[in-house]
Formats: sequence, structure tokens, C-alpha cells
Amino acid sequence: MTKQAREKLNTTIIHIVLILLSATMLIPFIWMILTAFKTQTEAASINPFIIFPSVWHWENFTAVISTYNFPTLYLNTLLLIFFRVICAVLTATMAAYAFARLEFKGKNFFFGLVLLQMMIPSQIFIIPQYIMISNLKATNTIFALVFPGLVTAFGTFLLRQSYMSLPKDLEEAARLDGCNIGQTFLKIMAPLTRSGMIALGIFTAVFAFKELMWPMIVCTDLSHSTLSSGLARMQGQFSSNYPQLMAASLLACIPMIIIYLIFQKQFIEGIATSGGKL
Amino acid sequence: MKKTTWEKNQLKWGLLFISPTIIGLLILNIYPMIMTFWQSLNKTGDFGKGYKFVGIANYTKMFHDPEVWESLWNTFKYALVEVPLSVIIALVVAALLNRKMKGRSIYRAIFFLPMVSAPAAVAMIWRWLYNSQYGLINHIFGTTTNWISDPNIAWLSIAIIGVWSAIGYNVVLFLSGLQEIPRDYYEASSIDGATGVKQFFSITLPLLSPTIFFVVVTSIIGALQVFDLIYMVMSDNTPALGKTQSIVYLFYKYSFVNGNKGYGSAIVVLLLAVIMIITAIQMKLQKKWVYYN
Repeated sequence: MTKQAREKLNTTIIHIVLILLSATMLIPFIWMILTAFKTQTEAASINPFIIFPSVWHWENFTAVISTYNFPTLYLNTLLLIFFRVICAVLTATMAAYAFARLEFKGKNFFFGLVLLQMMIPSQIFIIPQYIMISNLKATNTIFALVFPGLVTAFGTFLLRQSYMSLPKDLEEAARLDGCNIGQTFLKIMAPLTRSGMIALGIFTAVFAFKELMWPMIVCTDLSHSTLSSGLARMQGQFSSNYPQLMAASLLACIPMIIIYLIFQKQFIEGIATSGGKL
Repeated sequence: MKKTTWEKNQLKWGLLFISPTIIGLLILNIYPMIMTFWQSLNKTGDFGKGYKFVGIANYTKMFHDPEVWESLWNTFKYALVEVPLSVIIALVVAALLNRKMKGRSIYRAIFFLPMVSAPAAVAMIWRWLYNSQYGLINHIFGTTTNWISDPNIAWLSIAIIGVWSAIGYNVVLFLSGLQEIPRDYYEASSIDGATGVKQFFSITLPLLSPTIFFVVVTSIIGALQVFDLIYMVMSDNTPALGKTQSIVYLFYKYSFVNGNKGYGSAIVVLLLAVIMIITAIQMKLQKKWVYYN
């Protein structure tokens, strides 16, 4: 076999392996979509086994949208993501700059607290966090949803890395131009860590979107649930109406998937550079 | 004398900049952490109200509680399947994708899809695929397996969902690690006659080992905290629940369903201890297989 022919064979084999694996990744999604458009009878038919719905039924979507008030679920999830991202990026970018670029007493001790939080599984904090929210009589509010993410140790650590990779001369120049520390941070340094902030924002958004236990605990009313915790509730009530459950799953997943497909590059870079576990 | 003012101002600005984060961490994390330890030494009153100091009673109860040991074992079983499979499959995919080829970004996008899907939705989809009567999986394989209600299989079925969900994330991390390996290494070994598979073992694996180590450590920590999939896939009353419920599931059940926050706290402290020990062992062992240049 010539070298070229062997290369061609190799590429073909690689594509076959990747296509098989991709199919395994895609089939669950495709099956969700197909089931969402079926009637219950079609979904539960084994003989014959029905792959494509005979008529594409949109009723499952209209039914779950109104029964489960999807617009509210979307809005709650959007608000949760919005506030989590704003809080995370604002607080972390300030703290990160101080930890990376300023010298002051107690810095190592405080940074130790950041590292400690990162090493401890989040379940350790949940019971007391819940008790605080319940003492504040704040259950079933957007504030309760946002609460554990008001600040972020992980984000502080991540953005600290971004600041540490910037050259020292920049600050020197700003200082000689008469900028104080606040101005140097705001005008010179912070804008240069844009990619780090975007990575943190994406990570925070996806994390908030996927979170299940916390919203389930603090928002017991369906009207204050997020998409994730709303789905958990639907399954409890409608455990056998699979076409409707699949329609609900599809409705819950589609916004994030579309955003991901548009901003694919940022998503993948964001996840790769942050290395955060979702 | 600008320089000295700058230097003096560092303390002021530094404290100002870190204060939101530090105050937040103290309220949201440090105080709760202490409270969780404290509660684990207390017995929760009836209806979850009030508590009374009982010393290590919750811990002694826990060490004699077969449900705790079983759920710990379930968690390990899950991690032992999920982590190696998701790492190995992702390694192979990343190695195959790490070249100029048609459709590279499409493949990458497909593998990454589960990462941006809510686990609650993913679990519902798989529950439907696994359905013993009407499910797609039994239909394709011509089987009649009770994937999620058979106590002997259910944990494995859940681990498979875990693998499917985690592959894309690992692929992305491996791909970015692979891009750091200089092309010359492969060219040099090609001249020496090494082929793809041999290069994978002699160049790719050792040079990627820091990334692999990172992925393995974070994957194990994540797997030991498995909750969403089990909560969503298993019904409350299935006989398989005892053989699948993880340690975090048990924590959730005691803390937020049964209202026994004291016992729940003791369980989550056990989880912390397990994670710390396993991570410490890995840190020790890394010297034997991770190459840092």
C-alpha cells in the first residue's frame, strides 16, 4: 500500500469511529425530539415500533407550556443567570486584581480562605445556607436562587490567573501617568482580562442553568422554580406521559443549546481555560 | 513621592477590592462550614425544629448504619465506572480529533452538547430510553431488561448516563492539552518509524499526563458528589433505590426530606472526609505517573 492510500484508509477509519460515537451522543437528543411530537399511543406502540410521528403534534408543547407556566420558568432561570453572572464577574474581578497585583497585610490569609472554599464540596454549605434563607423569610424568591453565588472563590482564582499573566510594565506606565490604584484597575488592567471574564461568565451561566438541588430546596413553588427544578417537579407528577415530558425537556434545553451553538468558540475556550467542573 | 503613596494605598485599595468577596465567603461558606460541623454534633428535634448537643452520637449511629455504608459503596461503584470510561473514551476521541480534518468542529460540538443540557432533562431522556416496555434501548437490542428498576443493573445504567454526559467536557480539556504538545515530537518519531498507536503511548500519554491528572482528580470529586442523575432517574419507591442511592442522595434525603439536619450534616462531613482522603492519595501517587517538564 502506498503512503497516500494508507493515509486515506486511516482517515476513513477515524471518521467511522467518530461517526459511531457521535451517533451515540446524538440519538438520545433525536429520540427526545421525535417523542415530543408523538401522541401517547404512538410513543407506547411496540408492534409496530414507531420512529417518526405520523403527524407532528405540537399539542404536547402547548400543554406543558401552559400547565407548567414555562414563560415563568424561563424568566426565573434568566434572572438567576443574570444576577449570578453580574455578581460573580464584579466581585471576582476586583478581588482577583488585589490578590494578583497588590501587596498588603493579610493577603495570604484571605487568599487562603478562597482556596479553602474551593477545596470543600459545596454540599457542606447547603444546610446552613438554607437555614439563613428560611430565617430571612426569603424562600421562593430570586434572591434565594442567587444567594450561594453572590461571590465566587473559583472565579476569584480564575481571574487571578488572568491578572498574573499581564506584564508588570502596564501598571508602571499608568502609575507614572498619575493614575491611582482604582483608576489603574478600572481603565488599564480590568479591560485586559476580558477573555477571563467571559470564561467566568459562561461557566457561571451554565452552572446556574444546570443546578438542581439548591433551587429544589429554596424554591418549592412552581412559580419560583428554575427550568431544572421545574422539570424535576413535572416528572414527579407526570411520570408516564413521556411525550409531554420530552416536550418539556426539549423546551428546557433548547435555549442553552442555541446560545451554545452561536457562541461555540467562546463556550469551548471558556470551559477549557477555566477548567471548572460543571 | 508618588511611589510611596501608591505603596501605602495598596492596603486601602486591597482591602476594599477583596472585601465583597471575603465578606461573602465568610457569610456563605466559612460560617456555614462551621455550622455544619456543629450541627453534626447535635440531634435535630421533632419536625426539624431546635437541636440538642449529643457529641459524636450522630457519627456512632452513622458508622453502624448499613444504609450509609451501602450508599458509600454505591457512590464508589458509580465513580469506578464513570471516571475511567469517560476519561478513556474522551482520550481516544481527543486523539482522533487532534488533526486537520473535515468536520472536526462539528464532532466537537456534538460531543459537547450534553454539557450545556440540564441534567434534569438528560435524566428524563435516558429514563425514557431505558423504559423496559417501550424504551428505545430494549427495542434496539431486542432485550426486556429492567434497566432502572433491577437493583443489580440500575447503578450501571446511571453510570452510563454519567459517562455519556461527561465525555464532551473531558474531550475539550484533552484537546486543549494536546495542542500544547509540540508537533516536532511527532515528526521526529515518525522519522524513527513510530506509527500512530505507538506515538500515542510514547508521546501523547506522557506529555498529556498533567491534563489527565487534572481531569481524573476533578472527575473523581464530581463523581463522588453524584446526585442529580440518581434523584431524577430513580423513583422513590423502587426496590433498586437502596442499591443506587449515593452519599449525597442520602444527605439530601435526611436533611431536606426527613428534616434530620443533624444526621444529614454528619453524612456530608463523611463525604468531605472521603473526598479529602482520595484526593490526598492521588496527589501522592501523581509523582509516579505525571510528567511535568
